[in-house]
Amino acid sequence: MNRMEELLRAFRNIADNPKAQLEKYRAEGKKAVGCMLYFCPEELVYAAGMIPFGLWGARTQAVEAKRYLPAFICSVLQTTLELGIRGAYDGLEAVMIPILCDSLKGMDGNWRYSVPHIPVIPVAHAQNRKTEAGVAFTASQYRKVKARLEEIAGRAITDADIRDAVSVYNARRAVMRRFLELCARKPGLLKPSERNAVFKSSCFMDVREHAGMVSELVALMEEAPAGEFKGPKIVTSGIMADHPNLLQILDDLGYAVVDDEVTHESLRFRADVPETEDPIEGMARQVGNIEGCSVLFDPEKNRGKMLVDLAKKSGADGVLLVLTKFCDPEEYDYVPIKRMLDAAGIPAIQVEIDQQTAENAQTLTALETFRGILGY
Amino acid sequence: MDDHIERKPAKIRLREIAEKATQDAWEAKLRGEKVGWCASNFPQEITTTLGIPVVFPENHAAGVAAKGGGQRMCEYAESMGYSSDLCSYSRISFAYAALKECPELNIPQPDFLLCCNNICNCMIKWYENLAVELDIPLLLIDIPHLDAFPCDEDRIRYIRAQFDDCIRKLEELTGKKWDEERFKEVMAISQRSSRAWLKAVSYAQYTPSPYSGFDIFNNMAVAVVARGTVEAAEAFEQLAEEYEENVKNGVSTFKAEEKYRVLFEGIACWANLSYTFKTLKNLGINVTATVYGPAFSFLYDNLDELMAAYSYVPNCNVFERELELRVNDAIRHKVDGAIFHINRSCKHWSGTLYEMERQLREKAGIPTVVFDGDQADPRVFSEAQYLTRIEALVEIMEENKRKGARK
Ligand code: SF4
Ligand code: SF4
Repeated sequence: MNRMEELLRAFRNIADNPKAQLEKYRAEGKKAVGCMLYFCPEELVYAAGMIPFGLWGARTQAVEAKRYLPAFICSVLQTTLELGIRGAYDGLEAVMIPILCDSLKGMDGNWRYSVPHIPVIPVAHAQNRKTEAGVAFTASQYRKVKARLEEIAGRAITDADIRDAVSVYNARRAVMRRFLELCARKPGLLKPSERNAVFKSSCFMDVREHAGMVSELVALMEEAPAGEFKGPKIVTSGIMADHPNLLQILDDLGYAVVDDEVTHESLRFRADVPETEDPIEGMARQVGNIEGCSVLFDPEKNRGKMLVDLAKKSGADGVLLVLTKFCDPEEYDYVPIKRMLDAAGIPAIQVEIDQQTAENAQTLTALETFRGILGY
Repeated sequence: MDDHIERKPAKIRLREIAEKATQDAWEAKLRGEKVGWCASNFPQEITTTLGIPVVFPENHAAGVAAKGGGQRMCEYAESMGYSSDLCSYSRISFAYAALKECPELNIPQPDFLLCCNNICNCMIKWYENLAVELDIPLLLIDIPHLDAFPCDEDRIRYIRAQFDDCIRKLEELTGKKWDEERFKEVMAISQRSSRAWLKAVSYAQYTPSPYSGFDIFNNMAVAVVARGTVEAAEAFEQLAEEYEENVKNGVSTFKAEEKYRVLFEGIACWANLSYTFKTLKNLGINVTATVYGPAFSFLYDNLDELMAAYSYVPNCNVFERELELRVNDAIRHKVDGAIFHINRSCKHWSGTLYEMERQLREKAGIPTVVFDGDQADPRVFSEAQYLTRIEALVEIMEENKRKGARK
């Protein structure tokens, strides 16, 4: 096994074993704080000397969570709550929960009664996020979060701590963007599942460790010969594109993911935190700079324009819209976005993914057909 | 002539106010004025003060559904690519924006959109799509879900800044001018309406209740969108008087014997209104508590409280406060049981109802049932399931009454 294969295997291993990661950090005497889904202020956790730990659900069946959530709540939240109830997140000091969609708005209430031993830290982001009032509001909420984190960490978080954390996170964002760019430049070098593991592992790792591994991978990718790729090249878009069956199908059918507009993947790394005098203000401004996400106010549907651009720039043959079942922000976006892609002459297909099922016949058929449409 | 005898019943006046608002918007449109589509819980003080004609897609969708067009319009939206999982109000609205007319109820097409997400973020996505689809401006007042009660200073400051910003943009958009004096007047009238609304609703604490709880579903639309008009204030005051009169005379708009009193949680199933109502009525069940009373009262004494009031609508408050409102209402209005509508359209509302049901059952000491439905898409509702659940509730309420009588 060469070094690149070793690294890719290590990313996969971490991505598939979050619990082992959590235990590892705890054994090192570190505290960890859960970050449920979108845009939690991880830098503040890191600034307090703790590990931010991503909660993005998992491939499992919701049983206990069904006592709290009706069946039409998305599988990401069903499985996240399920894991919480089953004790998979025991060891976390607290969990941050944002309110960026209607289903998330009910999570803090449900969590307090179903997983009472892991306290909730609510995170509110302004939706009028580009305005000064919006930035001020998000910053005010981050300060509240900071106070809670200080209690947990048992120490003050200084502006200098936050500035350090921001620069470490921005450095990781920079290396992730190089990774993204290499995936586009050298299609086929990484399989879709391998590419996914590089992103997913970031949720369960110390940022420096992760950045170190990605830097090494990026250097190896730079050196690797470009090779001629003969398969279909796609850009993915959605909340997550993470289901093992979906990734397996993409691998098997020889797809290359040359770029993405996936919240769980590149959208976490595209916009740096501006380095402002008050570092929390910079963190709040960053939320205003993120584009391409269905849970952030986007009155001009820049998401669609961005997707068209990404597809053109990366030389993709088409776009794969990955719909998380029962995710209403994505279901709303689908109609205008599909129309924008159609208008630009970019072939696109939507597949619906449910973290709770292992069913993949439909996805397989759809992606086989799509490959044909793309001329492969 | 004694005009007390001659005056129209409040219920009719309220319906006329709603109809007149739509009529006014049509006339404004014909005059060449810009007309907005507006979220139901958008601060009406802004539009009323500026005198900007607006119509309400949620009320429109409810009206279309009540007149039997819900399924057809939802299916049309689905043919446009919208998932059947999405809020049926929004589906009806997308269909209407595309078709521009429908046989059930027509409203003028919008020149701009006024969005407020205190009731849901679905609203944001819905209005974003309309804005792109119709290529018209969209103004959003973002009211972040509360994580504690009461509303904190940070939220108040943020809402206030958006209020000011929105007024400025609307002045530019419509050419109308903000007038502080008029604003004060509108606030005063709104307070008058709100107090009268709360008073009217509160008469359900009497046994028997002087009114049928389903009346609230019809009247609350006016309470929400037309609070700032003198006509609405007067109509609500009249409504309260009528209910008071009913209490004195021992009569009610609920035309059956009130054997059981229940709390009804959730939006009405407009497309199945008659079935849901008659089933209850036939069993002698009157709705004497809903969250619509306290949660749509919008009481305030100053500007900060006005901002905060908009975060106290259902769906925006922290779970524990939402629960407290229901428990208080259930106890004060002496309910024997509670019915929870798990509304397929409304993810946030439905997303906490199982826990709400358990805690309400325990804290108010009453039996509860849930049923599956939808506010405007009749395909989700099952008459058989509804009937079975309601009958089960009646059995327990009956048993409790017998036990109570024996004590
Ligand atoms: S945005 Fe979609 S996937 Fe994410 S929590 Fe909300 S409904 Fe679920
Ligand atoms: S029914 Fe629920 S989701 Fe639909 S508009 Fe009303 S609050 Fe929003």
